[in-house]
Amino acid sequence: MIRTVWSALWSQWRRNPLQLFTLMAGLALATALWSGVQAINAEARASYDVAAATLGEGQFAQILPSEGGAIAQETYVKLRRAGWLVSPVVEGRLAGVRVVGLDPLTAPGGLGPVRFAQGADIIPFLSGRGQVFGGAEALDALKGQTEADLILSPDVAPGTVLTDIGVAQRLLDMPGQITRLIVARTQPLGRPDLATVAPGLTLRPPQGGSDIGRLTDSFHLNLTAFGLLSFAVGIFIVNGAIGLAFEQRRPMVRTLRALGMPLGQLMGLIAVELVGLALLAGIVGVALGYLIAAALLPDVSATLRGLYGAEVSGTLHLRPVWWLSGLAISVGGTLAAGAGAMWSLWTMPLLSSAQPRAWAMRSGQAAAVQGALAVGLLAVALGLALTGDGLVAGFALLACLLIGAALLLPIVLRLVLAGAERLAKGPLAQWFWADTRQQVPGLSLALMALLLAMAANVGVSTMVSSFRLTFVGFLDQRLSSELYVTTDSAEQAAALVAWVTPRVDAVLPIQSSQITLAGRPTDLYGARDQATYRDNWKFLDAAADPWDQVAAGAGILVNEQLARRSSLSIGQTVDVAGQSFVIVGVYGDYGNPIGQAIITETVFHDLFPQITAQRFGLRLPPADVPALTRALTDDFGLPAANIINQAGIKAFSLGVFDRTFTVTTALNILTLSVAGFAILMSLLTLAGMRVPQLAPVWALGLTRAELGRLELVRAVLLAILTAVCAIPLGLGLAWVLLAIVNVAAFGWRLPMYLFPWDYARLVLFALVAAGLAALWPARRLARTPPTDLLKVFANER
Amino acid sequence: MLLTVTDLRKSYPAGDNPVTVLNGVDLTLDAGQSLALTGESGSGKSTLLHLIGGLDLPDSGAIVLNGADIAGLDDKGRAAVRRGTVGVVFQQFNLIPSLRVADNIAFHARLAGRHDPAWAARLADRMGLTAHLAKFPEQLSGGQQQRVALARTLAARPQLVLADEPTGNLDEATAATVMDLMLELVAETGAALLIVTHSDRVAARLDRRIHLARGRVT
Repeated sequence: MIRTVWSALWSQWRRNPLQLFTLMAGLALATALWSGVQAINAEARASYDVAAATLGEGQFAQILPSEGGAIAQETYVKLRRAGWLVSPVVEGRLAGVRVVGLDPLTAPGGLGPVRFAQGADIIPFLSGRGQVFGGAEALDALKGQTEADLILSPDVAPGTVLTDIGVAQRLLDMPGQITRLIVARTQPLGRPDLATVAPGLTLRPPQGGSDIGRLTDSFHLNLTAFGLLSFAVGIFIVNGAIGLAFEQRRPMVRTLRALGMPLGQLMGLIAVELVGLALLAGIVGVALGYLIAAALLPDVSATLRGLYGAEVSGTLHLRPVWWLSGLAISVGGTLAAGAGAMWSLWTMPLLSSAQPRAWAMRSGQAAAVQGALAVGLLAVALGLALTGDGLVAGFALLACLLIGAALLLPIVLRLVLAGAERLAKGPLAQWFWADTRQQVPGLSLALMALLLAMAANVGVSTMVSSFRLTFVGFLDQRLSSELYVTTDSAEQAAALVAWVTPRVDAVLPIQSSQITLAGRPTDLYGARDQATYRDNWKFLDAAADPWDQVAAGAGILVNEQLARRSSLSIGQTVDVAGQSFVIVGVYGDYGNPIGQAIITETVFHDLFPQITAQRFGLRLPPADVPALTRALTDDFGLPAANIINQAGIKAFSLGVFDRTFTVTTALNILTLSVAGFAILMSLLTLAGMRVPQLAPVWALGLTRAELGRLELVRAVLLAILTAVCAIPLGLGLAWVLLAIVNVAAFGWRLPMYLFPWDYARLVLFALVAAGLAALWPARRLARTPPTDLLKVFANER
Repeated sequence: MLLTVTDLRKSYPAGDNPVTVLNGVDLTLDAGQSLALTGESGSGKSTLLHLIGGLDLPDSGAIVLNGADIAGLDDKGRAAVRRGTVGVVFQQFNLIPSLRVADNIAFHARLAGRHDPAWAARLADRMGLTAHLAKFPEQLSGGQQQRVALARTLAARPQLVLADEPTGNLDEATAATVMDLMLELVAETGAALLIVTHSDRVAARLDRRIHLARGRVT
C-alpha cells in the first residue's frame, strides 16, 4: 500500500517538474547562503581559537609593561626568583609574519600547539640552530631570514610562526627583551606583590576569550545576520513551492483517504518525502555554500587582518559541524515552510470540496488575519524600539520588524493598486490595475522575498557605509599628526624630542597607563594642550570648552564605551589615582573593546611620574614628511619600522574597507539574485493559472504580444512598489543595527548616514532583476499558441 | 453579405496523423440574420466559431467578414476584428474576475471605443443586473454571470454576435430566460447572430440552421 501511495505522491512531481525544481533550487540556494556565511565564520573562529591556544590569549593572566615597550629579561628573572610562575613571550613581526617566541620549559600546560609532552623531541627546539614551526605560507615568507630549521606544522595559527624565545629574540632583534609574561593559573602563596618586584608592570586578568574573538564579533554578527536574512529569502521560495504543490494535492489526498489510506500514515509519508527532498537539496546547498565561502574567504581574511589584526586561514576546511548544521537547517527550514500546508491537509474534512482552492487567491478573511498579525508585530517592534534594551531585544525587534513588514506588503500593494484602479481612465488601464491587484496574492511570497532582500541590502549597506564614513572621520580625528614615531627607550625618546622639536610644528607625546575607572579597565592617556586636539576631535556630548577644562587640570574626557557601560555623563565626577575629575566630554572610539579616558599631560605626569612617553605624533607640513622621514632614519638613526606615515595608514584602512565592501557586495548580489529567482519561479508557476484569466481579454481584442508586454510591465511595477516599501524598511533595519544591536553588543553607537544614490542604484538593480525574471514568462505568454488560449473556451474540457 | 466562409479547412496535430476538424466548410450570413450551428460533439462547431471570430487561423479557405478576409490578417489585425466587429459569448462565461460587473459590461465597448453608458445601463436593466453592478463575477450565480457576458457583448454593438453553447452550463429555466434575452436584444441591435447549440428548440427559433458532421456542412 505504501509503495502505491508513494507512487501517487511522486506522480505530482513527475507531472510538475518545474515545481520540484523550484522547491529544490530555493532550498539549495537558501542553504548555500546560510552555510556559506557559517563556513566563513567557523573558519575564522577556528583560526582565533588556534591563535588563542598558541598564544595563551584570554586563557591566562598576563603581565605587560604599564607604559608600553618591552620588559627587560632581568625583570623576568627577578619575578621568577620572587616566586612568580611566569613564562616569557617575545612577539613581533618579520616579513609580514607574526613571530612568537616561547619558553616551553616554563610555559603553562596546554599552551602551544607543539606538544612536547607527547614525546616530541624538545632538544632541537631549544638548542643548536633552533626550530621554527608554522604553516607553509608563513614558513615560505621566512625563508632566508633565519638559519633555524623550518618545520611545517598545520596546528600553528595562520600567519604565525612559533619558535624558542632565544631564536625569536635574534629574529626580531630584541636581545634581552620580552614582550609579555604569561602567568600560570596556580601561583605559590606568600609571593610578593607585582608592584614590589616590578613596579613598571601591570597584571591583566584572563579575559575569558581571545581578544581577537571579541574584537571581530561585530563583523561576524553582521555576517550571521546577513546569512539569516538570505536564508529567510530562500525559504520564501520554498514556502511558495510547497504551498502550491500541496494545494494541488488536495484532490489526491481526498481520494487516497476515500480509498482507505489512514490520514496519519499519509501525513507521515508526506513528511518523510519532504525531509528526503530537504536532505537532497541540503547536500547541494552545502556544496554551493562551500564554493561561496571559498570564493569569499580570501577577502574576509584580508578584512579581518586589516581591521583587527586577526589572522584567518585563507583555506577552507570541511568541518563536520558545519555541513551537518547546513543539512539540519535545510530540513528545519523545509518543515517550517511546509507546516502550514501540512496542517491545512491534516484538517481538511474528507467530504470537503477538494478542488484546489485557487491557491493564489486567498480569501479576504485570511488577508485580514495576515494584516492583523502584521500590525501586531509592527506594534511589538515599535514597543521594543522605544523601551527594549539589550541584544535579545534588538534581535527580537529586527525579527518583528522584518516579518511584520513582509506580511503587510501584500495588503499595502493591494491598497495602492486599488487606488490606481480608481484613477485609471481607459478600460485597458483599469483592467491592468485590477488584474495586477488580483495577482498580488500569488506573487506575494516572491515579493516578500524581494522586500527582505532589498531591505537587507539597504540596511546592511547603510550600516557598512555609515561605518566607513564614521571610521574615515575617526581616522582624521585620531590620526591628525602627519608622522608617528616610536622610540625604544626613555633615553632615545628624550633625544628624539630634542632633535625633532626645531624641525616640526609640534611634538605630541602619546603616553598612557592602564587603570580602573568607574570599576572598568581603562587606558588613561595624558594629552598635551595643543590645537591639533582642539581642531580635530569631535565629541558625542560635551560641556562648554571641554579642552579648556581638561587643560585646567580638573576635566576628563571619556570614550563612549566607558560612558555607556558605567552610565557616566557630562558633569559627573570620577576618581583617578585618588584625584577627582569632572567629565567634560564623551567621544566616539570605534572598534575599541575597552574604556579610554584623557586628562591633561601635566596632571598625568603628576599622577604617573614613572611613565615617560616613548611614542610621539609629529605635526609638520605634509610636503615635508618624506624629507623628515629620511632624516629620522639617516640622521637620527631611528629604524624605518618605528616611523608610521599617517597617509599610509589611512590608505591602508580605506583599502581594508574596500575589501570589506567586496564581501558585503557579493552577499548583496547573491541575496538579490535569489529574490529574482523567487520572482521567476512564481511567475512561471503562475503562468499556467494565468491563461484562463488572460484568454478572455485576448478574445476581446488584445494581441498576445500586448498581453506579454503587460505581464512584463506588471512584474516591474510590482518590483518598483516593493522597492519603495523596502527602502524605509531597510533604513529601519539599519537604525536597529546601528542604534540598538551595535550598542548592546559593543558599547558604541555609530551615526547613521543616508546614501540616496546607492539606494537608487539598488532599486534599478532590483528592477532589472524583476524585469529579467519576468522576461521569460512574458515571452512564453506572447508566444502561446492560440490553440492553448482556445482551450479555455472549449466546452468539453 | 456580412459573412462569407469558403472552403474552410482546419486540422490539429495529434501524433503522426493530424486530426481534420473542418474539411471544406462553406456558409454565408447576412446582417441581422440568425443562424444555428448544430452537430455532434467533435464535429467542428466550436472550431468554426473560433475561426470566424478571429480567435484561430484556418489551414486554408477564406473568411470574409465585412468585406475583408480575416484569414489573411496577422495577430494585430485579427485582434482589431475581435475588438471592433465581432462579439463572442462563451459557455464558460469567461468574465474578467478582477473587474466588477459594471466594468465587465463596459469593458468590450470601451475597448472598441463605442462605450455608451446609457445603453450599458439599459442592458443591465433588461438583464436584471442593476442590483449586482458593484459585485464581482464570483459573487453571481451561473445564470447571472452568463447575462453579464451577454451584456458585455451587446454593449459593444458588434456586427456579428457569436455564441458558443451559451446556455450549456445553465439549468433549463435559466437557459430559456437567457436565450429569450439574447434573441430579443440581438434583434434590437441589428447584429447578425451565429449560435453553436445542441438544442433543437434553440435552433428552431433562429432564421436558419446548418448541421456539421465530420467537418462538413450536411
